[in-house]
Amino acid sequence: MATKPPVARPLSPHVWHVRWPITMTVSIVHRATGDGMATVGTGAFVWWLAALAGGKDSYATFLHVFTQFWGGAIGYVVGIGLTLSFFQHMATGIRHFLLDTGAGYELKSNRIGAWLTVIGSVTLTAAFWLYLLGGK
Amino acid sequence: MGNGTNLGRVRGLGSAKHGAHHWWHQRLTAAANLVLMLWFMIAIAQLPAYDYATVRNWVSSAWVAIPLILLVASVFYHFRLGLQVLIEDYIHDELQVVLMIVLNFFTVGTAAVAIFSILRIAFTGTPA
Repeated sequence: MATKPPVARPLSPHVWHVRWPITMTVSIVHRATGDGMATVGTGAFVWWLAALAGGKDSYATFLHVFTQFWGGAIGYVVGIGLTLSFFQHMATGIRHFLLDTGAGYELKSNRIGAWLTVIGSVTLTAAFWLYLLGGK
Repeated sequence: MGNGTNLGRVRGLGSAKHGAHHWWHQRLTAAANLVLMLWFMIAIAQLPAYDYATVRNWVSSAWVAIPLILLVASVFYHFRLGLQVLIEDYIHDELQVVLMIVLNFFTVGTAAVAIFSILRIAFTGTPA
């Protein structure tokens, strides 16, 4: 092994050199949204609860950071980001449950299922925020 | 590499009989999360306002505090399993062990703060 001189062997093409279908996108997005919610989402959620339990002043600080800074930019970015992450992760999660049964692996239905998660998550996020901001 | 005894293979068990543990708990909490998080999102959307008194009064109800605690238990366990896979896939050697310990501290620590906060609100109500 060590006595053989190194030979330049062909490398398999890296991920950027192959086609990038929607199925690959929703797969990595499932992980990204899950881990994003696990870190950013947990931080915001625990802060919200602790501030609420702490009393009027601590809740006012929480509300100030999320609704007043830069015209509420933090609240919108984190809030809409987490909502979109949640609905996307939920949709791909449901898709994984269906795939677990062995169904939906044919190329066409697999691709359609992947697209449906994206369409569903964007639609649900838009509906959620439209209801929150204007529907009431 | 063995695959266990013939009987074990028929039963679909690994040699330690815990081969599917992570996979199964991930699915189990995923199903629980689906119900609990949909309840949470709909309830949050339907709150009349988001000021201190309104939100605190909402959490202080047993019908909210209990599902909220269940949500913390299920969601936090679920994200612990997910972050574990992230660490296993991308981080190696000693750092992987360190991060796995940090992950457990993070999960248990944040869950403790969340559950304590909910209980404190539920047990003390809304101060005037």
